[in-house]
Amino acid sequence: MNFDFSDEQKQLREALRRFMSKEVTRSLVRMAIDDAGAGQAAWRALGEMGASTMMLPENCGGHGLGALELCLLAEEAGRVLAPLPWLATLGLSAQALLISADEAAQQLWLPRIAAGEASTFAAPLDGQTGELPCFDGQRLTGCSSLVLDGHTATFAVVLARDAHGGECLVVCDLDASVSRTALPVHDAVLPCSRLDFYGTAATRLSCDAGRVLLGVRERAAVFSAFEQLGAADGALAMAVAYARERRAFGRPIGAYQGIKHKLADVYTLNEMARVHCYYAAWALAADAPELGCAAAAARIAATDALSYAAQENIQTHGGMGYTWDMDCQLFYKHARASAVLLGGRHLWSEALVRSLEQTAGE
Amino acid sequence: MDFKDSTPEAAFRAKCRAWLEANAERKQRVDELYGRGLGQAEMVEASRAWQACKAHAGFGAITWDKALGGLGGTPMQEMIYREEEGQFLVPRNAFAVSLGMVIPALAAHGSDAQRARFVEPALYGRELWCQLLSEPDAGSDLGMVRTRAERCTDGRDGWLLKGQKVWTTYAQFADFGMVLARTDPDKPKFDGLTCFYVDMHAAGVEVRPIRQASGEAEFNEVFLNEVFVPDTQRIGEVCAGWKVTMTALMSERLSIGGVIPPGLWQRGLALMREAPGFDGAPAIEDGRMRERLAELYMNTQGLWLMQARALTALGRGEAPGPELSVAKIVGARTLQDFAYLAFDLKGQQSMVTSELLGDSWSNVEDLWFGAAGMRIAGGTDEIVKNSVGERVLGLPGEPRTDKGIPFRELS
Repeated sequence: MNFDFSDEQKQLREALRRFMSKEVTRSLVRMAIDDAGAGQAAWRALGEMGASTMMLPENCGGHGLGALELCLLAEEAGRVLAPLPWLATLGLSAQALLISADEAAQQLWLPRIAAGEASTFAAPLDGQTGELPCFDGQRLTGCSSLVLDGHTATFAVVLARDAHGGECLVVCDLDASVSRTALPVHDAVLPCSRLDFYGTAATRLSCDAGRVLLGVRERAAVFSAFEQLGAADGALAMAVAYARERRAFGRPIGAYQGIKHKLADVYTLNEMARVHCYYAAWALAADAPELGCAAAAARIAATDALSYAAQENIQTHGGMGYTWDMDCQLFYKHARASAVLLGGRHLWSEALVRSLEQTAGE
Repeated sequence: MDFKDSTPEAAFRAKCRAWLEANAERKQRVDELYGRGLGQAEMVEASRAWQACKAHAGFGAITWDKALGGLGGTPMQEMIYREEEGQFLVPRNAFAVSLGMVIPALAAHGSDAQRARFVEPALYGRELWCQLLSEPDAGSDLGMVRTRAERCTDGRDGWLLKGQKVWTTYAQFADFGMVLARTDPDKPKFDGLTCFYVDMHAAGVEVRPIRQASGEAEFNEVFLNEVFVPDTQRIGEVCAGWKVTMTALMSERLSIGGVIPPGLWQRGLALMREAPGFDGAPAIEDGRMRERLAELYMNTQGLWLMQARALTALGRGEAPGPELSVAKIVGARTLQDFAYLAFDLKGQQSMVTSELLGDSWSNVEDLWFGAAGMRIAGGTDEIVKNSVGERVLGLPGEPRTDKGIPFRELS
């Protein structure tokens, strides 16, 4: 039995936590509300720590850091609500290239990620169908209507419709032929843009687009769950700090069971989410058949944990928690955005039950 | 990360399995129970015999030191044995309190003579112990124990015990009991307590079984009517009773696992496939049922994973994290939810008892009532949440108006 991160991985987590608490902090996400490029310096610095090579093969600039390390990066990014393009770059577009198994494309694009460039994955990730750009074999025309970190990415893996009407994945530089429109979003941690392609040069990934899309969603569910877990811990820490300090009726409010038991409930959900996240990390790193089940469970548990932690953090802060100036609102907004980015809770719940039915057999 | 047995763990598992195959009957179904129809006294007798059998084979107390007659094994080995034993038909364990709580406390705080006299007979199932702790007015607030132990004034070197205990598991079958009693009411509540042991057949010990909500009677009221105990039956120093009790309770908390029966979500799924939902379709095709199955999996699997994490920490020589303290809350709720689900799926038939519905239903009934009790036993949900809030999250304590005040002045 060896169900925990290794000492080396825990050291990496400490280093990432120090970095996030010094170089990022929640003030960065406030800056990102008005300035879409606010995270760029921190993303570069993180790249210098080796973060941008996580999960990449050695011949594409990787240094042996794998899925477990990326999960830890996600957790620490979530704790401070880091508005950094790690998910779009490493959690989505790199995964699409990896799962595609198109080696030529990997050789071409992954080293750019390793070198610190931000990239993205332009495809509906929530299981719903949207408008897709058209690929004529060489060029991309049309629009991807909602693209995570679309404003900072230098290249994108795009789900497109080919000349036969089928779905395909293509990769393209987001050059001058692409018009980017930042969308008004609630959550500055997960900024989105609309990308309009006007004859953008692109190459087709040799793969089954549907299979890759499913695989990317499954893996991203794990990374995103770790990010939600970190954020849920961050929200709980904020609520606990306030409950120890704020006094009412002659005592700190945390001494009252109304608050104390509520925060114990938040803690319980966070701990349940933690073990499901760890299990999914194991399944991902081991490429285990349990991944489908574990990723869905991590996704649901972490979504529930963050939703509850974020809403009760506001409640613990009382009226102050409802103000723009307190960070409670940042968690509250991120909780909803992160809950739907990869599709609603009910979809993951159904995915989980289908995996369970398969596991149990007929 | 992995969930594999290490080579020595795999060898230990094989050893357990081989011994169990030779000494017990393998279950045909996960919810099959040992000795259906056996009365409680017969079940306790069967448990004594099984404990003896295990002890002779070296499985009687896996995590105890070898010096005490244990195997000197790891918590992981204990877990492995339990996982394996869970697949066989064995009697309900009556020795959890004896071997998991009382004897470890007696071994830690008792005299050499007490260790020499009591450890082995308990380990080999010859002597069953109970723990005389809770009282009608001392439950969650256990420090309020009112049972008195007064020095004899008639020249005998001993004490007279007077008072009433309650919720004592298996007192009606136990040979001995460890008693927490107040020896000095002028001290603050935790400081004036002392531990003793009593012979449950001594004059003045009266046991009245409590009929539980389920109709069974595992627990008892125990009246101590001027029971004489010689001073040699004192466990630990005078007024050190709280420390002895804490050793017993902490030993219980270390004996993790075994909360959730294995295969629970699979049973939920099987019930949903059998039971009809709307319009003749099986219940499993109903989205609401699928949601409940997802919940059941999330909770049972989550608890198993928490345990796996704790075992990993212990295996690395670290203390398990504080998250285990909430496992009991989640566990009880999960069992309650499962029972409600099973009732829903069975429909009005489940108004009838297992007398008619058989073995697998008897298991659902056990979980249904057991869960309600589990939310109270060993620290109510509310006390656990206080403890998580204060010890884990560092929130300020509850107001304590009884701190530092002599017990005599408390009401």
